[in-house]
This record gives sequence, structure tokens and C-alpha cells, in this order.
Amino acid sequence: MNALNFNVTCPVPLTQYPQVLLAHGGGGRLMHQLINRMFLAAFSNPLLDTHHDAAVVDLPGRRMAFTTDSYVVRPLFFPGGDIGSIAVHGTVNDLAMAGARPLYLSSAFILEEGLPMETLWRVVCSMRDAARRCGVQIITGDTKVVDRGKGDGVFINTAGVGVVAHEQVIAPAGVRAGDVILVNGDVGRHGMAIMAMREGLAFDGQIESDSAPVHETVQALLAAGIEIHCLRDLTRGGLTSALHEIAEAARLTVQVEEKLIPVREEVHAACELLGLDPFQSACEGRFAAFVAPADAGRALEIMRAQWPEAGIIGHVTSEGGTNVFLKSAIGARRILDLASGEQLPRIC
Amino acid sequence: MKFLDEYRDADLARQLAREIQRVTTRPWTLMEICGGQTHAIVKFGIDELLPPALTLIHGPGCPVCVTPLEIIDQALEIAARPEVIFTSFGDMLRVPGSRTDLLSVKAGGGDVRMVYSPLDALKIAAENPGREVVFFGVGFETTAPATAMAVYQAAQKRLTNFSLLVSHVLVPPAMSALLSMPDCRIQGFLAAGHVCAVMGYEEYFPLAKQYRVPIVVTGFEPMDILQGVLMTVQQLESGRAEVENQYTRAVRREGNGPAQALLREVFQVVPRKWRGVGEIPRSGLGLRATYAAHDAEKKFGVAGRRVEESPDCQSGLVLQGRLKPNECPAFGTKCHPEHPLGATMVSSEGACAAYYRYRRLQPAA
Repeated sequence: MNALNFNVTCPVPLTQYPQVLLAHGGGGRLMHQLINRMFLAAFSNPLLDTHHDAAVVDLPGRRMAFTTDSYVVRPLFFPGGDIGSIAVHGTVNDLAMAGARPLYLSSAFILEEGLPMETLWRVVCSMRDAARRCGVQIITGDTKVVDRGKGDGVFINTAGVGVVAHEQVIAPAGVRAGDVILVNGDVGRHGMAIMAMREGLAFDGQIESDSAPVHETVQALLAAGIEIHCLRDLTRGGLTSALHEIAEAARLTVQVEEKLIPVREEVHAACELLGLDPFQSACEGRFAAFVAPADAGRALEIMRAQWPEAGIIGHVTSEGGTNVFLKSAIGARRILDLASGEQLPRIC
Repeated sequence: MKFLDEYRDADLARQLAREIQRVTTRPWTLMEICGGQTHAIVKFGIDELLPPALTLIHGPGCPVCVTPLEIIDQALEIAARPEVIFTSFGDMLRVPGSRTDLLSVKAGGGDVRMVYSPLDALKIAAENPGREVVFFGVGFETTAPATAMAVYQAAQKRLTNFSLLVSHVLVPPAMSALLSMPDCRIQGFLAAGHVCAVMGYEEYFPLAKQYRVPIVVTGFEPMDILQGVLMTVQQLESGRAEVENQYTRAVRREGNGPAQALLREVFQVVPRKWRGVGEIPRSGLGLRATYAAHDAEKKFGVAGRRVEESPDCQSGLVLQGRLKPNECPAFGTKCHPEHPLGATMVSSEGACAAYYRYRRLQPAA
């Protein structure tokens, strides 16, 4: 996808400005050129094209979901995605976790002086393509430029709005003892793809990020009438963090089984080598669903139609207070603990 | 995953556990030396499969944990200098010195970088001729050859801006020190498989003979550890005190010859202070005089620091196997991974951190 986009010539350089200048954020002619020729050209839609300070939209239904997220990933481009695609997928997925159908995004760029225009164009094209695939429109935005050395190329913030058509309460407080926990695929791949690239680690077979939108799967679960108690995307802190957040909010015990949690072999190998935990490694296209036990089988079928590696990984109980337990590969039970900060690789 | 799943098989684990149960007729106390083994034991719940008559005590084999406070303070002082790029394995970054840690020095403007190999640090030195690049060389015989290679290559390539803050330690002298303590409870050792992959296991024969203690070179997967325990108990039950090798897929009796030659070329054996244990003679590696130009301690004049440990930290007793982490009054209260009083709570291989991570709900025995 990126390679394809890269062939499209960047519309902005105008021969004399192949890089972002501070002036591109200064409110003058250069900024207008950047916005018009790059952002408006790529994201064009009737709402955005009004060129107003704010987009005015009609929302079908009465309930809406609203979220925001900032994206600061380094490197900007990685196997399986880039900062542009995750800036769309991440916010779309946040909306999906409320059971919402995503409709509109905003897009705010913080650019570092000196960023090649060609790079920015690749990012913008990737956002455009991801938004198209997700069926969302980018309808408003902002651009700022910071001094060289004060940013990391591009930071992006996207906010998103979606409509909630269902009547269910999908939230951590909705989780009940007995709920079955499913994930929509192998975990930890995005974090390890970034780690492998950032540290220049070479493995047999490249690790590709799992970055992907999941809202269609959630819509399919809702359409089938699955009783969903909670959804949580497995981003920073990975599966472990997500399970802890839910256990704490619901004041219940989450019990998962190591053998049931899908992890790709290359991710497992990289984690073993670096002393990292795949369950704490971030995903960008994975979520955990807490569903009523009677619906678990059907939910799994629906998930597997889109995600062949989806699986049931555990359940919720009221025994054991607020905790997350893991049944280890050899059958013993232990705490699945949160990392203190970022995972630090082990020495030996 | 091939070569991994077969060593984590639940049925095999139960079979081995049953066999250990069958051969154990009396209480025995074993020590696993290596922090990697401690981590695996607690992570997989291996000790829960063992009969109550067997006690595993966790040895001082976590390189981060035994690095003395003085050397960490030296590292912090060097890392804060503007001309320095300070490189280290990730584990060392959060280890508290007497006032701060490397991550805080980084946040305060120090150029501190995590590397996966000392050779990466050497590359940084080659790319930054105007800066002083220092690598924090910690670890046992396992990591020492890579450090030695970096210094050796630095000398060959005349990279005078590369230096080493060295705190490498050796396992057999520590085992000897533990065994000569008057109240030593250790009746058998699981020796550290990866250390032996480098050094071989000939050094252990005199120890086994002198102290009448079985020593079984053991790997790191659940099956390895269970089999190591079984072999040690079988020796104890039959009154033998021999050196045996469980980890045959990685360890040869003579070890890795080229790695040992490199160690001899670059390092000499020196006395070394172990955090929580004290000074142990002939238990460390220091740079030979021929490589003095690459000695960060000399280059930055930071030798001779003296600092005191937190009085609440009992990691010394933990490292000597006299106290289980959750028996320490500060465990989980004053001391936890976000606010570690001692290094055993910092490193993922530290016994206190392993207990906090996987066991903190379990009351002390």
C-alpha cells in the first residue's frame, strides 16, 4: 500500500520547498498551500470542502460516541502500517469499543521543521486510504509546525465521532461473573514489529504490525444480537493492561489460559529472545470482548469469519477479588501482572 | 514454537513432578543459582509442582541485583556528563543508585541509550568520534565475552572514545562463598546453564568435592528445571555429590574455547563487591592493564566511591537465600517495582521482582 502511494508525486514541493518549513505553520501563503494542496486534496469530501473552522454534521439516531487519540510512533513507517494508518485505525477502533459505527474524524498534524514533504505526503495518502477502507470521512483538521529537533517528524491527533445504534450498555461496569473473554486474533504483534525495526533486529520472516480496523467485526456481533458486556482494544500495555483495567473497573477476577491466547511464532520467538512478554506488547487491530456465556460460541464464529485466529481465552469469576490470573503453560496459576513502565529487555 | 513448546509440556511436567515426588524421602534444600531460573520457576509455577519436602532457595544469579551501589553511582556520574553517550542493557536503566537512576539522568538531559549488545555501543563510538561512548559492562560469564569482544575491537580499531565501566562477576567463587557461610542451608545446586555454556563445568568439580554438594548444570525451561531438580534429589537421596549436566543440548564440559580465550585476553580476575553479599575474593573480572585506555573508571576518575544501602532493604539475605522475598517486611509495602529499595526488586530476574510480579497475593510461609 505504502509503496504504491509513494509513486504518487507529492503535490506540495512547488520545486522550492521539498521540506516542511516553520512558515508552513505560520498562517500565511505557505500554510494555505500546504492545507489546500496536501490535506484538502487528499481528504476531500463535502463537509471538509466547506473550509469552515468547524464542520457541521447531522448525526442519525440519538446516541453518539466521541473519542480522541494522539499518535507519536517512531519509526513513522513500519511493516504492516505507518503513523497515518494507525492514526485512522486507532481512533476508529476506540469508537468501535463503544459499539459505535464510526463516521467522522478530525486530523491535527504537528510537523517538525525539515520533514520532507514527500514523507508527509506518504502519511497523508495512507490516512486517506485507511479512512476510505474504514468508511469514515476526515472532516476537519489543523496544522502546526515546531522547530527542528522539537518533534519527531510528524505527530498526529485524530478525534472521532460515531453513532451508537444499539441499546446495550457496553462498558467495563457491564462485565459479570461468568462472562466469556474472546480476542479477535494473535496478540502483541504491533509492539514487536516496532521494537524489531527500532532496534534493527533481524528475524527470519519480518514481523508485520497487526494494525487494522475492527469496527466491522463489532457491528457484526451487534447485528447478530450477541450480548456484549464490554469491549476493549489491546493497545498500549497489550492484553495484560486491558484485562487489568476491566478487572479493576468491574471489581472481578479475570482468569485466562496461556495456551489459549494466540501468539504468532515470530512474535513469540522475538519476545523470548529479548526477554519481553507478548501479553504486554501493544496491538493496533486487536480487541477483547466480554460476552454472556450463552452467546460465546456464536460470537466466536462471527469473529472467526473475519479473523481466523480469534479465540476464547478465559472467563470472569467473582472468586479471588479484583485480579487477573493466568494458568501457565504447565498448568500452574499465577498473577498476570502489569509492567511498571515500558518493558525493558532482559540482559541474559 | 519448536525447541520451546516441548520443554513446556504440561503432561511431561506432571510426569517429572511425580517422579520427583517418588524419589524424595526426606526434606532437601536446593538453590537455583541463576535469576533466569528463578524467574522461570515463579512464572510457570514450577515450585507448586514440587513435594513440600523440597525447598528451592533463590541464588544471587541476577547480574543487575548484585551490581554494587558504588558502581551504579559511578555510572550515574559518568552518564550525566555532557560529552558522554552512556550505553547499557535495558535492565540497568531503572536500578536505583543512592540518589537516582539512569532513566532519571536521561530525563535530566543525559545521553543514555539502551543497547542489546556491547558491539552496538562500539558502533555508536565509531559514528560519534567527538563524543565519549561508555558501555556499562554488567553480568556473569554469560555476557562477559561480548563485552570483551567490544573492548578488543575498540583497541584494534583504535576507537579511543570507547570505554567500559566494568562490573562483571563470576559464579563459582560466589557459590564457594555461600557454601562457606556458617549457617549455609544449601544441600544441592542447580548451576546456571548459560554460564556453563561459556565456561564449561570443570570449575565445579572441586566445589562438589570440597563441600560434598551435588551440582547439576541446568537449563531454563520448565522441563529443564524439573529434570535438574530430579537429578539433584536423586544424588542427595543416594548420598552422591557429583557434577552432572542436565543441559546437554547447550553445555559441553569444556565450554566455549574461543569465548574463554577472549575473556583471558581482555580481563583479569579481581576481587569484587557483590551487592547484598559483600566482597568476594577472585569473583570479578577487571580490565587488564593493556586495555586501561578503555577503562571508564580511570578515564573519568570516578574510583573510590563509598555509599550505604537503604537500611530497610534486606536484599542481601534474599540473595544469600536466607530470606524469601515475601518474608521481608518492606516487600510490597515500602518496596515495590515503582519504588524499589534494592536491585532485587528492579530486575526482571530479581527474586523480589519475580515474587511481586507473580506471587504477591501469597502470604509468607
